[in-house]
Parts: sequence; structure tokens; C-alpha cells
Amino acid sequence: MYYIDPHIHMVSRTTDDYETLARMGCVALSEPAFWAGFDRSSADGFRDYFRQLTEVEPARAAQFGIQHYTWLCINAKEAENVELSREVIAMIPEFINCPNVLGIGEIGLNKNTPNEATVFMDHLDLAARLGQLILIHTPHLEDKLQGTRMILDMLQSDSRLQPERILVDHVEEHTIKHVLDGGFWAGMTLYPVTKCTPQRAADMIEIYGTERLCVNSAGDWGPSKPTAVPDFMIELRRRGHSESVIRQVVYDNPLTFFRQSANFQFREPLDLDTALA
Amino acid sequence: MSNARTSQEIFEREFLELRSKLLELAASFDRMQRGPGEPDQRARLVALGLDILRDDNGDKAARIQVLFSREYSPDWRVEFGI
Ligand SMILES: [Zn+2]
Repeated sequence: MYYIDPHIHMVSRTTDDYETLARMGCVALSEPAFWAGFDRSSADGFRDYFRQLTEVEPARAAQFGIQHYTWLCINAKEAENVELSREVIAMIPEFINCPNVLGIGEIGLNKNTPNEATVFMDHLDLAARLGQLILIHTPHLEDKLQGTRMILDMLQSDSRLQPERILVDHVEEHTIKHVLDGGFWAGMTLYPVTKCTPQRAADMIEIYGTERLCVNSAGDWGPSKPTAVPDFMIELRRRGHSESVIRQVVYDNPLTFFRQSANFQFREPLDLDTALA
Repeated sequence: MSNARTSQEIFEREFLELRSKLLELAASFDRMQRGPGEPDQRARLVALGLDILRDDNGDKAARIQVLFSREYSPDWRVEFGI
């Protein structure tokens, strides 16, 4: 079965990982802008990173038949520096029309500080003015519930934003209902240490259904497994769920969300089959 | 979404895993007991988490998550001055 990984940081993965993803059935992925494993010293550091996301990675992915999409922002960790953040936000319009850019993300909170909230709202304003989709990072561990609720509060108090154009990522058992009840899309991140396992993600599918729910691997600088989405697919299969249920979560849902962006010119592998026949 | 599997079927599949997770917990507690001194207040949260495992109510995963979470204040903007 083909699948899409809607949240994976390929700049921190090897070319061999691209090949493995392709062998596993990954046909498209989206890579949100995030922390590089170290704090960048200037806005120019981000300019180079945005070039990597819009030029280098799509070419690397295409070698294996994977369609690469991306999201731009300054992440919550570096957003503690408001001055630098505003320089980076001012630079985003230069890149926003690159063909693989789907929107603004992953913006959010990390330690739930006033500076992070200020920069988050600056990003929301940019997304609203440019009519962009939004991808959101929620904090981890003891900060997740508080941070997720602060984020939802900020989203719901900006009347220009439409919940169906926003995906709130890294939901877990205590935050998923808040996100889905608000009409937003929700992403479950399968991460070996701090986040969710394939088994717990499968539980949430059984409890909440498949509507507006996606799963991703994050695959970043920390301990992570780029092939976590296939692990989740196998878990659902072992539990006896139908192929159509699995396909909805790992393929149809990301497509429905991404298709709201004019830049998403996805070529379905199934259509390619018919074209060749 | 309805889950067609019975409790017994789930238990059958997960029994060895449950047993092994219990042993991991037991060994962690033994290790702490063998070390000198006392762990900090977070040990109290762990004890409360064990109570959640033992009670008769559902939503155990969500309740354990909340137990280890900082509280949300609807007045957070006032507190932040923004
Ligand atoms: Zn991420």
C-alpha cells in the first residue's frame, strides 16, 4: 500500500533513508521547518535552510520517486529570540511561492513562554494575510496539555483562521479531543521516546475514528524511526482493520488536507499506472 | 470505530507483554530501593499513576497523561501580559 508521511525532517536523514521510505511505499512527504539541532546565529542561517527545504530536498526525494513538500517558519525553540524571529518571518514571503511550499509550519510552543506566544501570533498573522495552510507543533511531556490549550485559544480568537485549514500535530490521549472538537486536523507522531507508539496511535483511531486524523514519523535529529508509519499500518492490520481504514489515515487524509493548498500538485501513483497502461 | 476483538482476544495477544511491563516496573522500584536516599516529589506522581492503573475506571492513558501535565489557566494572557 502507498502512504504519505505528512511530518518528517528529511534534512536530518540520509539518502539511504529516502530509499528505504520509497521501498516501504512512501510516495510523498511533507517536511516542516524545525530546529536544526542547534540555534542558528542569524536570519541568513534560515535563508540557507529555506533553500535546502525548497531546492535540495525535493531533488533528493525525486531520485526515489518521492514527492517532497515543505512548510516555512521559525520554530518554537528558536522563537524565544523575538528579534531574530521577526527577521525570519519578514523573509518568508520570498520563499512562499516556491512550488513545494504548502504553508506556514511547524509553528507552536515549546516551553509555553510569553515570547513563544508572541512569535506564534506573528506567524498566524502572516498565514492569515497570505492565505496559507498552517501546521502546528505542540510541546512535549508536562508542557503538552497546557501548550496545546494555549495554542487552541490563540487559533480560536483569530476570526480570519479556518480550523479545517490547520493541522495540530503531536496529539496524544489527553489533547486529541480538544483538537478534533475544535474542527482542526490532528496528527499523531510516532516517536520512540517522548511521544506516541504505533499501538497507542491505533487505540486512538479505534476510539476517535479516522476523520481528520493523520500519523507521521517526525524522523528528526532526536531518536526517531523514519519508517514508523508502516509500523502503524502493520499494527492496524494485525488488529483486523480493513485496508480502506488504513488507507484513509495514511493516504487519503493527508491528501485531503494538503489539497487545500494551490501548490499541492500531487501525481497519484495509481493515476500514473493507468496512464502507462 | 467498532473494535471487533474481544477482551479475551486482546488479553491473549498482550499477556506476555503485560507480564514483561510489570516486571520492568518491579525491577525499577527494586533498583531505587537498593540505592541510598529518597527520590524527589515526582515519585508521588508515579504512585498516583499506579492507583489509576488499579481503579475501576476507563480512560487510564488519558488520565495518566493529565497527571503528569502542568495545569492550563484560561487567564494565561493576563498572566503573560499579552
Ligand atoms: Zn517536527
